[in-house]
Amino acid sequence: MSLLDVQGLGKSFGGVVAARNVRFGLDRGEMLALIGPNGAGKSTVFNMIGGQLPPDGGTVSLDGADITRLPPRERFRRGIGRTFQVAQAFLSMSVAENVQMALISHHGESRALWGPARTRHRDEALSLLERVGLAEAADRPCAALAYGDVKRVELAVALAGAPKLLLMDEPTAGMAPRERAALMDLTAEIAARDRIGVLFTEHDMDVVFGHADRVLVLVRGEIVAEGTADAIRENPRVREAYLGDAHALAAPGGARP
Amino acid sequence: MDPSFLAVQALSGFASASSLFITACGLTLVFGVTRIVNFAHGSLYMIGAYTGATLVPRLLEWSYGPVPFWAGILASAVIVGLIGILIEVLLLRRIYGAPELFQLLATFGVVLVVQDLVVHVFGPQDILGPRAPGLRAPVEILGRRFPSYELVLIAAGPVVLGLVWLLLRKTRFGVLVRAATQDREMVSALGVNQALLFTGTLFLGAFLAGLGGALQVPRVAANTGMDLSVIAECFVVTVVGGMGSVPGAFLAALVIGQLQAFGILIFPKSTLVVVFLLMAAVLVVRPYGFFGRPEIIGGGHAVGIVSRAPSRATLPLTVALMILLAALPLVADAYLLKVAIEILVFGLFAFSLQLLIGVGGLVSFGHAAFFGLGAYGAALAVKWFGAPMEAALPLGLVLAALGAALIGAFVVRLSGIYLAMLTLAAAQILYAVAFQWVDVTGGDNGIVGVWPSPWANERTVYYLVTLVLTAGAALALMRIIDAPFGYSLRAMRDSEARAEAIGLHIRRHRWLAFTLAGAAAGLTGGLYAFSRGSVDPTLLGIPTSVDALTMLLLGGIQTITGPLVGAGVLHALRDQIMPLTDYWRLLLGLAIIAMVLIFPRGLVGTVQHWREVRA
Ligand SMILES: Nc1ncnc2c1ncn2[C@@H]1O[C@H](COP(=O)(O)OP(=O)(O)OP(=O)(O)O)[C@@H](O)[C@H]1O
Ligand SMILES: [Mg+2]
Repeated sequence: MSLLDVQGLGKSFGGVVAARNVRFGLDRGEMLALIGPNGAGKSTVFNMIGGQLPPDGGTVSLDGADITRLPPRERFRRGIGRTFQVAQAFLSMSVAENVQMALISHHGESRALWGPARTRHRDEALSLLERVGLAEAADRPCAALAYGDVKRVELAVALAGAPKLLLMDEPTAGMAPRERAALMDLTAEIAARDRIGVLFTEHDMDVVFGHADRVLVLVRGEIVAEGTADAIRENPRVREAYLGDAHALAAPGGARP
Repeated sequence: MDPSFLAVQALSGFASASSLFITACGLTLVFGVTRIVNFAHGSLYMIGAYTGATLVPRLLEWSYGPVPFWAGILASAVIVGLIGILIEVLLLRRIYGAPELFQLLATFGVVLVVQDLVVHVFGPQDILGPRAPGLRAPVEILGRRFPSYELVLIAAGPVVLGLVWLLLRKTRFGVLVRAATQDREMVSALGVNQALLFTGTLFLGAFLAGLGGALQVPRVAANTGMDLSVIAECFVVTVVGGMGSVPGAFLAALVIGQLQAFGILIFPKSTLVVVFLLMAAVLVVRPYGFFGRPEIIGGGHAVGIVSRAPSRATLPLTVALMILLAALPLVADAYLLKVAIEILVFGLFAFSLQLLIGVGGLVSFGHAAFFGLGAYGAALAVKWFGAPMEAALPLGLVLAALGAALIGAFVVRLSGIYLAMLTLAAAQILYAVAFQWVDVTGGDNGIVGVWPSPWANERTVYYLVTLVLTAGAALALMRIIDAPFGYSLRAMRDSEARAEAIGLHIRRHRWLAFTLAGAAAGLTGGLYAFSRGSVDPTLLGIPTSVDALTMLLLGGIQTITGPLVGAGVLHALRDQIMPLTDYWRLLLGLAIIAMVLIFPRGLVGTVQHWREVRA
């Protein structure tokens, strides 16, 4: 049984079909890339798996359990961690506190009325920050970080929930090319070590082809191809789909929110 | 039931629906384009009523007939429209990008300014306007007499709806208004036209408010309470209809007009309670009202407390302050102690609001509800059960906490501006209940004879009781702000999406925050009641809520101790300045506007900022 199983997922906004009959599976420890031109529906698929958007039809199962109708907070408890296309962090807190907040929630302490939050789970938070290379910045205000670093904070926060599945919507947008590779190497290493399944999307094809075990191609809401990185690179349908939007294949993708 | 009675009730329901729609339509249009909820809309309505009641008789003296009458009404509306332009150019323009709390406060500053100006220009008396020429005789409907002017009003609503529809569909201005309402990005792309569009929209909105007010001239006397009562109703209409939607406002006004007309049969004391229930029902099913859309409401960016490194000086400073406060009775006379009690009470009141606003980003505009519930709870316990202070204070606190839990359960479903408007409406409803349910609450006169137990009756002792309770509660709240719960509230304020994605149950936390803040505010209400010996409906009024907000703003919304400092400073200022002038509200209003525009960090925030910049 695969970790994540998506069947017949569909979503439209008014007349725009953002996802149509999307189906795929994802195993533990696997790195799966979802690629496609701008507006293909990648974020929509992420949001339906993460629980931010209710699908019009279809099912999402995690470890065999149907989670299609669960709110995001329940999915977190079941082991889904995610990052957002537009980084979402707690900008009024320090970097460490962002991670501590996730740990507090993970340990079910979020309604504790006594005892300062800033001392709770601090060591665990610091070691998570260490892993994403932000140990130095632990006590800096999150609002003072560069955008690329905020994305790293998001990764540490997502890992704080001890996830089985990581959803990463453009995790390296806003980073320099070398940083991108480093972050994705790190992600791959964590995924392999903790047997975490990773679904990610990227506009940078070097990142995609360098790190994905398998690639899904989404065009106008539909999956048009699926396979290993090499197979996808050579696939004529993919080339055709990207021809109209050649920039998307190469564009860093950081400029747009 | 008598069918003729039902018919007449329904017709008067339609008449009030029309008036309500005309006014609320202006509010919703202005919101759609500028994304500002203009608190001063009710003030514009009031100016319309006063202007009409003053201008129309002059015109009728000059030449009696329907033409001067209607010309006078229209002229009043145009004058109010011009005042709207003035407000846009002088104030709104500067705050389009500001956090919504500041927008609401600044426009409330205008409300205060207008209240004093209206008294200054038109005098303190209510002004009853003339009846409409040609429409003085009532008509017979199924054997009952019905004022013919009401029939004209019934028609006026749909006529205005039609004209606004034409304006929005058939003119270039209308196209721009609709585009701006649909899509924020579009507006910035409009370039030069933008300023003109906003000014034009304010003219239209104010014109409609003025028209709504002027049309009341033959029905009700222009009075100084109109602004706040109509704004609460307009909030309900626009929220139920969906912010920014004109047809939504029309439909909501119709429903609410009928409900008020027939609600009297179910709830003779307060039809507003029925309206509130309707609103609750509608919003549970459709959180954005009949025709509202989430993207129009948006999130709005919240300002609030940020993490700071804990300072070593905090503990010694707190202890020193406590010792000083405890020693105050040694040097203070009775008057000073009275002022000190009030500062302590309002300090905690503002601080309890800080848990919602500064920590949770929940802009509550009805915090007086919990203050008043605490005060009334204690006073009612004394009056009806002969309870001593020791029992009455906790009862007040519990009543306030229950009220907060109830209101909170409902408003935490909403976001941003809706929450602000509905907390205000909830407080207004409690105000109306306290005012109208004379048998229980004593109505306007309130309840007297609420004195502390004999052992605490002496001023010094009562001061110490107040000090222990307020300081204890404030310290507890500070711990809570620092604890995981406070951090969770901040997390949700910073990013709802992130908070949900790490497993936080947003509504449950916010509901608990409302309940805690309500309990603390209820304690202050009870303490205040016992310090004065009486309660009355003003404790529940909008001005009480705004006092708390002003203290927050003055002290600094981004700071923990700001509200306490703000309470002290505002109270001291009021004590010094109010006896010297008839224009306290005007000064306060201008001060609020000035703070929003040039001093948004507040006193404590400015000091902190200054120290950080130097460090
Ligand atoms: N909330 C929404 N309301 C209306 N339309 C939407 C909404 N969200 C997405 N869409 C539309 O659905 C389509 C898919 O959007 P989505 O954001 O999923 O694309 P994407 O593949 O993530 O694009 P990008 O690479 O730009 O991030 C787009 O046409 C978009 O305009
Ligand atoms: Mg996307």
